[in-house]
Amino acid sequence: MKFATELIHGGNPIDPEHGSLSHPIYLSSTFAQHSMDNFGRFDYARSGNPTREALEEAVAGLENGSTGLAFASGMAAIASTFLIFAPGDHLVVCEDVYGGTFRLLSTLFTGWGLSVSFVDATSLEAIAAAIRPNTKALYLETPSNPLIKIIDLPGAAALAKKHGILTIVDNTFMTPYLQRPLELGCDIVLHSGTKFLNGHSDVICGFAVAGDPELGRRLRFIQNAFGAVLGPQDSWLVLRGLKTLKVRMEESQTGAKRIVSWLQDQKAVAKVYYPGLPEHPGYETHLRQASGPGAVLSFELASFQTTKRLLEGVKLAAFAVSLGGVESILSYPAKMSHAAMPPAERESRGIKDTLVRLSVGLEDPEDLIADMDRILNA
Amino acid sequence: MNIATEAAHIGLDRESRTGAVTVPIYQTATFRHPGLGQSTGYDYSRSGNPTRQALEEGIALLEGGSRGFAYASGMAAITSLMFLFRQGDHLIVTEDLYGGSYRLFEKIFQQFGLSFSYVDTSDTALVQQAIRPNTRALFVESLTNPLLKVADIGELAAICRDKGLLCIVDNTFLTPYLLRPLDLGADITVYSGSKYLAGHNDTVCGLVAVKDAELAERVYFHQNSVGAVLGPQDSWLTIRGMKTLTIRMDRQQENAQSIALWLAAHPQVARVFYPGLPDHPGRDLMAARGKGFGAMIAFEVTEPHLVNRLLMKTRLISFAESLGGVESLITFPQVQTHADIEPETLERLGINHLLLRLSVGIEDKDDLIADLAQAFAEGE
Repeated sequence: MKFATELIHGGNPIDPEHGSLSHPIYLSSTFAQHSMDNFGRFDYARSGNPTREALEEAVAGLENGSTGLAFASGMAAIASTFLIFAPGDHLVVCEDVYGGTFRLLSTLFTGWGLSVSFVDATSLEAIAAAIRPNTKALYLETPSNPLIKIIDLPGAAALAKKHGILTIVDNTFMTPYLQRPLELGCDIVLHSGTKFLNGHSDVICGFAVAGDPELGRRLRFIQNAFGAVLGPQDSWLVLRGLKTLKVRMEESQTGAKRIVSWLQDQKAVAKVYYPGLPEHPGYETHLRQASGPGAVLSFELASFQTTKRLLEGVKLAAFAVSLGGVESILSYPAKMSHAAMPPAERESRGIKDTLVRLSVGLEDPEDLIADMDRILNA
Repeated sequence: MNIATEAAHIGLDRESRTGAVTVPIYQTATFRHPGLGQSTGYDYSRSGNPTRQALEEGIALLEGGSRGFAYASGMAAITSLMFLFRQGDHLIVTEDLYGGSYRLFEKIFQQFGLSFSYVDTSDTALVQQAIRPNTRALFVESLTNPLLKVADIGELAAICRDKGLLCIVDNTFLTPYLLRPLDLGADITVYSGSKYLAGHNDTVCGLVAVKDAELAERVYFHQNSVGAVLGPQDSWLTIRGMKTLTIRMDRQQENAQSIALWLAAHPQVARVFYPGLPDHPGRDLMAARGKGFGAMIAFEVTEPHLVNRLLMKTRLISFAESLGGVESLITFPQVQTHADIEPETLERLGINHLLLRLSVGIEDKDDLIADLAQAFAEGE
């Protein structure tokens, strides 16, 4: 099945009893049993709910994994995944990782005895140099947030395999439509499903997908024991959002390309970060592992004054946290996605106070350009 | 204000622009900012959502806490609280606790360097003896699952205060209507809100109330960082459920008292565990609280084959996990809710092959008794 068809028909069989094309929302916390010795497929909704399961199977299918799991948020998916490790374990993490993940690792999990090395993961040598005898996994985001750095996923996964460790990839920016890390040799894919997968800025959710069924079973055990699961109504909304993933992603990506080329001509813009630009240092690497540059770009303005004017003056793009919705969202990483990172850490990672991130939605790109033009060229 | 009034008014905003008497479902992931460095008070729904906040303020109010928190499940609430601790810390825990809590402690947090001692928390002296230099908290079920032992929360909280331990009470079986642990000196109450609070067997959720504002700030940090939050539609359903908490509980308790007495007189029942029965060791403590004895009953049948018969042949009472809803449910703890506890431990505690747990709903009690009677009589 091709991707567009799988989005509509994968993991969402037509209800045999009533023929309903849309999956029912099972608002039931528990399921009656008919045998004392053989429990039915569902017993308690934390352990499994039919609506959530339809979504989990759909996402597993799209990522080409054996097991998909839906969580209450992207952070809940990430925190649950970290619970597969134990005190004394060490992780190698890309340095401009999402601020929430940084906070989780540097405050909570270090208290549990995990240690972390943050490295410039665009360099396989830097990753290799950081691997220690107790390293258990690589944790990567590509393109990274917010500096859109590109990591060589097949290269990193091969390196990890050589050391017998896991490769975990946050694939939020790309979605399985553009990039499927499990097919590139990685072990676990994570998503803030809140973003492109759901795509309507209306649900908070997260996913973990494992390639190996045994690893999938471990994650499923943790999902049930920890219990940070996604509710049935939210699961249904994400199933609905997924159906338009491809058409949304294509349209947003076309818009992003147009906006990038316009931004490059603006005097008020100092630098544009987008993996679709041939001058981007990761351009070739990205082309090899993903089928498009996506719809998130970052740019630096010439001054803080202009940055503030832009953020406060835009009318069409919402000045807000988050990304990946039908609405374009302009955000300010220094104070938003990476506010959880101490200022010194932030600056050393190149997240300046003139950097803004734009998630391109489904508005006409010419309208978005006119909106920014009004402010930048006033 | 009486708790019935407080509960009925959860989410009622007298200042709202529209005058709507129920809180809107804010199905949004993010919130637009008015300007740089400005916020409406809401930025991202994981960090705070107005619908979830109405629920969180509701549970804080009912519990007399400074702040409340809503999670994706009761287990997510408990897991999030475990982040208050560190490698090397020790906790004292009720021995016949919910199997899911046991699994979490033993299979996940033990691996992260926490240690747990399981004691009979209805015996305050045993709790005292279990305290070690590295003990950081007591995690106690106020009415235990499934054996319905009653803990003296006031005494336990006093010991915790004296020894500098956090007193965390899983109050799922009682709800703030029957017991407010924070008033008795506990630091944190935690709920599977899926049970009596939501009350309709339709929502999986967890709730926490914290007494001290500074401790609440830490709990908030973990809620936001770990992100195991409750979605807005489930938050709304839980609020809706909580509005009828007291009237449901009144009816459920009344039904449970009648059913417990009926079971106690039944020839095929060997033993009934219900705090409202005269011979129950926790009866006086609960009677002194004056709010009732809850609506959970455990009972042992005389013959193993009766277990299967009751599970299969009851028609009104569903054979399903969970409890606390308007529909009555019957459960076999040894293989369902407590399957993760080692068999020897279960046997020692009395969670055996003859024990059934009944969550009494709001159906008519005569119908429920007739249903049990016909199931017992089946095949005789």
